[in-house]
Amino acid sequence: MLEVKKMNTFYGKSHILFDVSLFIKEGEVVGLLGRNGAGKTTTMKSIAGLLTPKSGEILFHDESLIGKKPYEIVRRGICYVPDERRIFGDLTVEDNLEIVYKRNNEWTKDRVYNLFPQLKEISQRKAGLLSGGERAMLAIGRALMSSPKLLLLDEPTEGLAPIIVKMLEEQILELKKTGISILLSEQNIISSLKIIDRAYVIDNGKICFEGTVSELAQNEGVKRDHFLI
Amino acid sequence: MNYSGILTQLIVGLSRTMILFIVSSGMSLILGVLRIPNVAHGSFYMIGAFLSYTIASFLGDVSYSFWFGIALAPIIVGLLGFFLERVFFSYLYEREHLMLLLLTFGLASVLGDLVKLIWGAEYRSMTTPVFLQGSSEFFGLPVPNYNLFLLFIGPAIAILLWFIFNKTKFGKIARAAAADKEMVSAVGVNVNLIFSLTFVLGCILAGLGGALVAPIVNISLGMDHSLIMEVFLIVIIGGLGNIWGAFLGSLIFGITQSFGILIWPQFGIIFPYLAVVIVLLIRPRGLLSSTW
Ligand SMILES: Nc1ncnc2c1ncn2[C@@H]1O[C@H](COP(=O)(O)OP(=O)(O)O)[C@@H](O)[C@H]1O
Ligand SMILES: [Mg+2]
Repeated sequence: MLEVKKMNTFYGKSHILFDVSLFIKEGEVVGLLGRNGAGKTTTMKSIAGLLTPKSGEILFHDESLIGKKPYEIVRRGICYVPDERRIFGDLTVEDNLEIVYKRNNEWTKDRVYNLFPQLKEISQRKAGLLSGGERAMLAIGRALMSSPKLLLLDEPTEGLAPIIVKMLEEQILELKKTGISILLSEQNIISSLKIIDRAYVIDNGKICFEGTVSELAQNEGVKRDHFLI
Repeated sequence: MNYSGILTQLIVGLSRTMILFIVSSGMSLILGVLRIPNVAHGSFYMIGAFLSYTIASFLGDVSYSFWFGIALAPIIVGLLGFFLERVFFSYLYEREHLMLLLLTFGLASVLGDLVKLIWGAEYRSMTTPVFLQGSSEFFGLPVPNYNLFLLFIGPAIAILLWFIFNKTKFGKIARAAAADKEMVSAVGVNVNLIFSLTFVLGCILAGLGGALVAPIVNISLGMDHSLIMEVFLIVIIGGLGNIWGAFLGSLIFGITQSFGILIWPQFGIIFPYLAVVIVLLIRPRGLLSSTW
């Protein structure tokens, strides 16, 4: 459904992504693994339209996404969940969910609360007052409100306590069962292996490995070379 | 002047702060959401006043002509704002911020010339509508009816704005966009549309302020200049982008102004500026939380 071909992205003059190519099929959960600063966020932002690649192609259902505004990309079914969450701190939890553009009624507030029961209890709280785990859930729930076909999940468990990480991973597995496609970025390879079907390893802005989970699990070289823990 | 005369003067002054508030709230909105320090905001206010004069004199001395002016002038100003936002501003949001500021400077002078062209350079004045002439007892004090009307309409607008920004989807999105507009786009919302609507709302408020002030001042070229400074200061002491801040700032500015003129007629004008300095010394970022 998504195909990225030889994408090059810059921040001003500094060249960050070099010929990044990847694809995601319907219903797949694909890992984008790499250490801090490898280019995971830049890749996701380029797909979501928050950054514009200088060259290359991004096709979603055979339509080019290059040059499209972020909101136009959301309306086509791709929603980005930032590593920084970027929830709207001035609004309540519920309002964070309600202001999202709804492509259809596949996902509703109630369905999000079903997936993340913790959010329901604090639905009237100002989002700026939430804990790290709650923020992560709200950021995912907010993206789901647009009923995306493809979710770009950028380090969802980063900075969370182990017990929260475990809970969130189960919730993402739950989400996976619904058949949604996910591009999941992670630094922590062990935890991501439970969730993903296939993986890309990125380092210094270049894709340096691609393969199935078992291929990755056996490949000690890749894991060592790219500081995956 | 006796004690009750002073109080009456203060109530009249207070009522005028309502106009300051209405205009400042529009400025604050545009500043908070679009991040534009709109120097042309005073021009929209001036155009609102001239339009209200023209509408009232066109309809003649009928009871509804005032309401027509109050309703129509802000709408026309809003349409003008919509046009300008689409044609000029919307292309500059992604550019250097200074460009937007310069654009508003240019607009202020072009709109000033436009007013001169349409209405000429001489003073205009209009009377208060018949049903708002005369005075009423307000806590035992005689206060002109028109000022009582202003005292009613200011809080009414404040409540309306509170409703828009806390209860409507547009308002919630605008608040989110004030904090992180890119993320609002990343959840599927066309932020440019929200910007456009916010700008129009800000212009409508400026136009309404102009329409409300028209019966109690000389409507003239240059009324934008004296106002724009005051409005900027009010928005700064209130907290950029905060509507309640604009309300509080207007009260402080307006009340120190009326007090100043009462106790020291020649130099009373400096009191509100002193108040601004004091507020900023104590709270450099404004009284209430800013969206910046
Ligand atoms: N706003 C920015 N301006 C310039 N360089 C940036 C910016 N954001 C990230 N970078 C650089 O781009 C590279 C990739 O960053 P990023 O995609 O955020 O990595 P990751 O998400 O894998 O940790 C890093 O070297 C980082 O320093
Ligand atoms: Mg990152």
